[in-house]
Amino acid sequence: MLEIKNLHANIDDKEILKGINLSVKAGEVHAIMGPNGSGKSTLSSVIAGKEDYEVTEGQVILNGEDLDDMAPEDRAHKGIFLSFQYPIEIPGVSVTNFIKTAINETRKANGLNELPAKDMLQKIKKTAELLEIDRKFLSRSLNEGFSGGEKKRNEIFQMAMLEPKLAILDETDSGLDIDALKVVANGVNKLKSKDNAVILITHYQRLLEYIVPDFVHVLHDGKIVKSGGKELALELEEKGYDWLK
Amino acid sequence: MDLKEKLITSFLVYEDKISADADGKVQDIRSEAFNRFEKQGFPTKKDEEWKYTSLKSVLKHDYKIFPKIESAIEFKNVKNYFLHEIDSYKIVFVDGVYSSFLSETTHDGFDICLLSAALSKPKYKMVIDHYFNTIARKEDSITSLNTAFSKEGAYINVPKNTVVPKPVQIIHFSTGIETDVLLQPRNLIVVGENSHVQIVERHQSLNENVVLTNSVTEIFAGKRAIVDYYKIQNDRKTASLIDSTYVKQLQQSVASVNTFSFGGSLTRNNLEFYQEGEHITSNLNGITIIEDKQLVDNHTLVNHKFPNCESHELYKGIYFDSSTGVFNGKVIVDKEAQKTNAFQQNDNILIDDKASINAKPQLEIFADDVKCSHGCTIGQLDEDSLFYLRSRGIPKKEANALLLYAFANDALQKIKIPELKTRITKIIAQKLDVSLGFDV
Repeated sequence: MLEIKNLHANIDDKEILKGINLSVKAGEVHAIMGPNGSGKSTLSSVIAGKEDYEVTEGQVILNGEDLDDMAPEDRAHKGIFLSFQYPIEIPGVSVTNFIKTAINETRKANGLNELPAKDMLQKIKKTAELLEIDRKFLSRSLNEGFSGGEKKRNEIFQMAMLEPKLAILDETDSGLDIDALKVVANGVNKLKSKDNAVILITHYQRLLEYIVPDFVHVLHDGKIVKSGGKELALELEEKGYDWLK
Repeated sequence: MDLKEKLITSFLVYEDKISADADGKVQDIRSEAFNRFEKQGFPTKKDEEWKYTSLKSVLKHDYKIFPKIESAIEFKNVKNYFLHEIDSYKIVFVDGVYSSFLSETTHDGFDICLLSAALSKPKYKMVIDHYFNTIARKEDSITSLNTAFSKEGAYINVPKNTVVPKPVQIIHFSTGIETDVLLQPRNLIVVGENSHVQIVERHQSLNENVVLTNSVTEIFAGKRAIVDYYKIQNDRKTASLIDSTYVKQLQQSVASVNTFSFGGSLTRNNLEFYQEGEHITSNLNGITIIEDKQLVDNHTLVNHKFPNCESHELYKGIYFDSSTGVFNGKVIVDKEAQKTNAFQQNDNILIDDKASINAKPQLEIFADDVKCSHGCTIGQLDEDSLFYLRSRGIPKKEANALLLYAFANDALQKIKIPELKTRITKIIAQKLDVSLGFDV
């Protein structure tokens, strides 16, 4: 599904990613771990197409298509979803209206008609139930005055509604208490299928107790320095990152 | 002959026609105002209050001061300029002349009618003597010009303990049948103790002929009165507007003026609040969204004169192309006005490199136990926010629009008439050239 080949990326002429290779197949869950400043968030931003970053070398290929200079919205239309570490607040636009707009823009881009209002409501209702989200929450302005946990849960709600092929969860576990973490993880697990893939970007092993990865990669100084199975995460938890440098 | 000379000559010739009140009192007010204008003339950029706004290009036209042709327009052609979704009182003028056909006035329980009638009929004499031209700034030459020449406008008088059950719309149309027309409407609004009224005002030209409107409104809010005033400024780019609004409030009253400036070539708003009692609240809100070479200048003044009062001022501006914004917010807290709570915020987004904003908060505080805050921001759209929306599949243009809508949102939320809120939101969507894609 996703092939990253020798990816180099700069921000303000400073090289952050220094040759990343990664292959993610449908049905897989990959965890990318690493210390602060190793390039984890840069990698997720580059995959999602943030324009502040300049790709100087290498490729990001989604289902055979080189994403190259593709705009973030076009990437979203092709099935990439990035859950933000710090979701932004949009006063005056409710969660429901926002997700309707996002879904219908994606449908439009893929040559589909707008989702009928009835189907949309049904889908919202079902997804809210799945993620244990109060319906009242959905009529509030997007992220405005939300707690950290509410923001993260709202990100997962949007993910569930948009049904991406590739979901990248950037530090989704940070700022969550254990109950919120369980709800979020539960949501991700229920949405996982053989047709989609998940990349978890995380600092800690904690999230991986609830969303079990097929592969764990360690990012250090812009490169993947070690890859392994889920047991690698435990090893990291025990030994820290220093032994890998 | 320049415009000033023309106005002077016209006044001398037409003086008798402008007003004919019984005892000549209004006549005296007009003469005095005329003398003031004759002495001062139009303001120039040398005038501190007009430093950033030049009237030069507006004044170069050879305006007709008393349009001759009376014209009728059909409701169906102008329906969209009305808030037609709701029942309302309407006071409508076409080229400065009252249109009974388009209006819906009343004298049942309160007066919603014409200023010309109020000025000339003996039964209104008390009200006129007490209110007319008592708070309009006499030192202001443009307001004086209006006082000297204005023949017509809305007169609203709500006696005490009365809630006007539906909004009042004051609409001034200019047909453009004649080009280069100068209109000078004058509104007088008196709201008694414990009474409540909502007013929506609009100036609208119907074709691309040049029109300059110099409008003056005086608003009096009695004890515990609530006055909500909305100004929709979305005229064609051949129309210019100088709009001066003076508000006097008595104790415990709440007066709100909301100014939505989207259109016109040059728009200058002078908005002044005078608090004459304790526990008064004054609200000033504005949204400006302009493009091309449009200019919107908001000059506001809140004078806190008594203790325990509040003012809340929030102006949001979005400037495209080479448009220009001016914000000058003056707050005066007199020595006696202890425990004043005055809040002022002016936020601006410049979309294009050539757009500009001149923002000047002016706080003059003479009391020592007050809470006064002011803030002013000038910025561009946040790239991270834009990326967030685009990463959810919302295209760049729509994402931009959504962020601008969100930026203006808190000022939009102040609108208490739901249909008006919807209408303004639609205008904003139009201005941003997107469908916001959802019902609001």
